[in-house]
Amino acid sequence: MNPSLAAVFRKELKLFFNTPVAFIATVIFLVFVGWFFNSTLFLENVASMRTLFTVAPFAFLFFIPALTMKLFSEELKSGTYDLLVSKPVTLPQVITGKFLATMAVISVFLAPTLMYAVTIGSLAPLDWGTVIGGYLGLILIGGIYTSVGIFTSTLTENQIVAFISGFVLCFVLYTADRIGMFVPSAISPFFQYLSVNVHFTAISRGVIDSRDLVYSFSMMILFLTFSYLILLKRKEN
Amino acid sequence: MSIIAKELTKKYGSFTAVQSASFTIQTGEIVGFLGPNGAGKTTTMKMLTGILNPTSGTAEINGFDVISSPESVKKVIGFLPENNPLYPDLTVNEYLSYSARISGVKSGDVAANLDKMIQLCGLESVNKKIIGTLSKGYRQRVGLAQALIHDPSVLILDEPTTGLDPNQILEIRDLILNLGKEKTVLLSTHILQEVEAICNRVLIINEGELVADGTPADLQNQFKGGVAWYLEFANDLVIFQEEIRKQYPEMMMEVVAMSNEKNLVKFTTLQDDHLNRKLVRFCIDHQVDLLQLYKEESNLEDIFRRLTITTESRSN
Repeated sequence: MNPSLAAVFRKELKLFFNTPVAFIATVIFLVFVGWFFNSTLFLENVASMRTLFTVAPFAFLFFIPALTMKLFSEELKSGTYDLLVSKPVTLPQVITGKFLATMAVISVFLAPTLMYAVTIGSLAPLDWGTVIGGYLGLILIGGIYTSVGIFTSTLTENQIVAFISGFVLCFVLYTADRIGMFVPSAISPFFQYLSVNVHFTAISRGVIDSRDLVYSFSMMILFLTFSYLILLKRKEN
Repeated sequence: MSIIAKELTKKYGSFTAVQSASFTIQTGEIVGFLGPNGAGKTTTMKMLTGILNPTSGTAEINGFDVISSPESVKKVIGFLPENNPLYPDLTVNEYLSYSARISGVKSGDVAANLDKMIQLCGLESVNKKIIGTLSKGYRQRVGLAQALIHDPSVLILDEPTTGLDPNQILEIRDLILNLGKEKTVLLSTHILQEVEAICNRVLIINEGELVADGTPADLQNQFKGGVAWYLEFANDLVIFQEEIRKQYPEMMMEVVAMSNEKNLVKFTTLQDDHLNRKLVRFCIDHQVDLLQLYKEESNLEDIFRRLTITTESRSN
């Protein structure tokens, strides 16, 4: 990894873990997801991780914008952003470093949920294909939401504004298929395609379709590029 | 030549923050950048450090163009922004090693540079502490250490002593003076004594335009507002006033205070033409009891006030 990018990555991780933010968020996330997972598991009496893969994307809607809201807003507000761009590090390196650090935190979020899989797997035969697909899907959704959150964080110095707009934008992406039902049929497929939900359903069934991967990576690249353009624009005013 | 600015202009919409600023700073100079708040100092510094693109004009640092080769420029400059922004949740060591890495210091040299900075800036006792818990003086040293960690040849410091107590101000000034022996320093401030204490040259900017450029002594000669002489008498002034008006009709005379205890008169002349001798002789000849005679020359502060007074405040 490029040394400047690695330095940004490491600094962001330290900022997450030097404060209780990441720990508190992880605990709340696990309680939230665990509650739903546990309450339906014995009711359904099926050896499946489906509840986790349904609830986690919903929880991500709140948790990921909460992680990303400070990434640029805080630097812009405190002035560390100016210092950062006066250094010989490029904007793509900065954006990528912050993106990867957030992805690392999301992995820390998700890691303890592997216990569910191990526990269920030891009690009954578990379809590991759907489990791997489910986790892959969660990581991809996490990536999309993170890039959306980074984008809204570049727009404002106010973290709350960054959080709310990040949440709304993620929510729109999440429910785009439902919005698609209320728009003229000509543009309905476009909304269907935009929907995180539509692409993710297939992945969590264990079906990894290249179209879904292309969708995920395009969304990430799209929003990270938007972030780059917004930051580039700041040099003008 | 270290810093060359050619016709640097920055416009925000219809507002012009900096208007065709041109100046050259030689290697090894310590240059003070003066101006009232909002005059365009910070904007100029942001253009030199590649944070903002100029609307027109160019700047070169150590021969590298700020716009076409920003990476090379950024490697040779150390920048301390206004208000010294830091990450309060990192420790001093964590922050400085991060700064070193993003400033282009090779991985193998990071530890050595870090140690050097901690010594130079006197951070030994706090290097493992979280920045948020440090006093303002220590934070300022961390800010300077950050700007110096890659051993840049050009230092750009935006108000490096703001908010410090007098002892800390002296410490930072000493540090800058020492650094100035081998580095080029451009520092902005509105403390005029600071400029007189450490700078070999002064740039004064007002409403986006450079209005003065020279050594403090040059500026005093160039913008001399004349000399003021103050005379204090024990006697009644009336006779004296009439007599001196007859003898020196060209002098501007102003009675500052007139009472039983104190009679103070101010004379203003354009040049220091040894007026004191004439005045003393005059007093002896006319048997006036002179208690005090002193001279006041215009200092940097007067020059600053004269050059930067805005049209708005002039009309008030």
